[in-house]
Amino acid sequence: MSFASSPAIVRLPLWRSRFVLLVLLAAFAVLVGRSLYLQAVDTDFLQMKGESRYSRVIETPATRGRILDRNGEALAISTPVKSVWAIPEDVSAGPAQLARLAKLLGVDARELQTKLADAERDFVYLKRQIPPETADQVAALGIPGIYQNREYRRYYPGGEVMTHVIGFTGVEDSGQEGIELAYQKSLAGNAGSRRVIKDRLGRIVEDVGSVRSAQDGRDLILALDGKIQSLAYSALKAAVEQHRARAGAIVVLDARSGELLALANVPSYNPNNRGRLGGAQLRNRAMTDTFEPGSTLKPFTVAVALELGKVTPSSTVQTAPGRLTIANYTIHDAHPAGALTVAQIIQKSSNVGAAKLALSLPREEMWALFHEVGFGAQPDIGFPGEASGRLREWKQWRPIEQATMAYGHGISVSLVQLARAYSVFARDGELAPLSLVKLDGPVTGKRVIAPETAHAVREMLELAVQPGGTGPRARVMGYRVAGKTGTAHKQENGGYSAHKYLSSFVGLAPASDPRLVIAVMIDEPSAGQYYGGAVAAPVFSQVMQGALRRLGVAPDAPMRPIELPGEGEEAKEST
Amino acid sequence: MAKLNLVLLALLLACALGLITSQHQARKGFSELEREQARSRELDVEYGQLQLEASTWGLHARVERIASASLGMRAPDPRRVRVVELEAAGK
Repeated sequence: MSFASSPAIVRLPLWRSRFVLLVLLAAFAVLVGRSLYLQAVDTDFLQMKGESRYSRVIETPATRGRILDRNGEALAISTPVKSVWAIPEDVSAGPAQLARLAKLLGVDARELQTKLADAERDFVYLKRQIPPETADQVAALGIPGIYQNREYRRYYPGGEVMTHVIGFTGVEDSGQEGIELAYQKSLAGNAGSRRVIKDRLGRIVEDVGSVRSAQDGRDLILALDGKIQSLAYSALKAAVEQHRARAGAIVVLDARSGELLALANVPSYNPNNRGRLGGAQLRNRAMTDTFEPGSTLKPFTVAVALELGKVTPSSTVQTAPGRLTIANYTIHDAHPAGALTVAQIIQKSSNVGAAKLALSLPREEMWALFHEVGFGAQPDIGFPGEASGRLREWKQWRPIEQATMAYGHGISVSLVQLARAYSVFARDGELAPLSLVKLDGPVTGKRVIAPETAHAVREMLELAVQPGGTGPRARVMGYRVAGKTGTAHKQENGGYSAHKYLSSFVGLAPASDPRLVIAVMIDEPSAGQYYGGAVAAPVFSQVMQGALRRLGVAPDAPMRPIELPGEGEEAKEST
Repeated sequence: MAKLNLVLLALLLACALGLITSQHQARKGFSELEREQARSRELDVEYGQLQLEASTWGLHARVERIASASLGMRAPDPRRVRVVELEAAGK
């Protein structure tokens, strides 16, 4: 009996087997459809999931560019340091270990304890920016829950000498002051990121592609000359101490290129260690502070008069009796003289002479020259906080104001503006554009006065530093120097203080073919002497001598020792 | 027919092995490159630190102090300095 014909078998209806077959086929079709969907239509999801198992995006930080002086000496460099942080909850260490940690980090052990006791927080910095060697020692302690990350720290080898120009960066490596702030964008660069494949051990085995490549910050080469800067700073500092002054500033310009070779301020601070910083130390007086320049402005008044053909250097102006009263205000000369030539007005620094000269000039012409040499406008060299000073519209000038402006009162300028304005006399009538960064050679300036006028004023400025002038202490052996002293009463509570002075000197050398313009300002000298010729001129002489030698400028005068004037022989300046 | 298939199989195997080897080589090469790049970064860092050190040792004030104090040097009197004009080269 065959199996099929066995009576035990119940014959099932045919549709049942077909139904099962259909169900199986349908299930298969669903599977095919799903896999087709996943593999062909919605591919991204699975690919992403797969990639996340082995590929990683890593950040590639950009290094901040270096700042170099014109000779390639480093003024600011970033170097990696470590910051140590902890997850307080995870830290388990014995007291001995913690004491060692505190000692390594240089923090108080109790302070460390309180930081780690705060279980609420899950991230706390223990110490930021420690040297890599110390960080290695910390890692060697092997305390769980303590981690390190890499940061950059900026170092300034020049310290307090350079700091007012360079500025500094904050803890996040972004510029806060000075050049660091002004050139933040190009110095910082751009951090990049890349996608890589890592193997089981975390080694990078393949570069899948760069998302963004990192761009390191560009190095910046400044116009600054490290040696001249250092010389200027130490000379200035010595003078400020000697005269017990409140502050001082000095600016050294290359007359040919308009480059800023040195700029220093006292008091200063160390940018590497900014623990206690006062506003006074931070201030870059030469750039951001303005003052009434006093007599250093007289050459510009004379230049206007010469330019308009009103006078020649040998025209005479009657300054007797040493007083001039205009509308209830009297202008004084320290040493009343009789008739002075225009050249002698500069040499002896006569206020009355300058005022009389100014009153014979049209207001708009005087304003135009003051404006053209850069007074009352920012020098535009891209330094944060450049002061523009105050130069009022000529339409508002009353005669007394025009007269006082002739000798530098009722107008305010910054030291940088003053130095730049003197470049007009150094460059035969052209005003140099200032530059903080190194340039390739001489630049063309903007013509402000005729070359003949510039020559004539330069000759008068040379007289002013000869015996009989107000600034013989500014002379430099072997070089012809031209310059002007300034002594101004400081402004206080809306008036002029009787015993607080601001001494200044601005000059250029060698007078036959000027290379350098130096401006010095000493604020409130209070050790007895206060005339610009006694306080500021010696600083000028010292720095000029060193800088000229440094630049290898050929002497243009016979080498004769300079005899300093005896007590009372110097022409006293009118304040 | 079977012979051709065998040859193709052998060829396929050879290609596969070749691919694996070259991939491995590439990865090894890449990790080498990574290592060298890391080294170059480290050297850069060291260069920066050395530059810092050089700048610190070469501070003008320090050089001057050592020159005048321990070496007894001083700037020559300007009268004893001769300035030599350099012949303009290439003219």
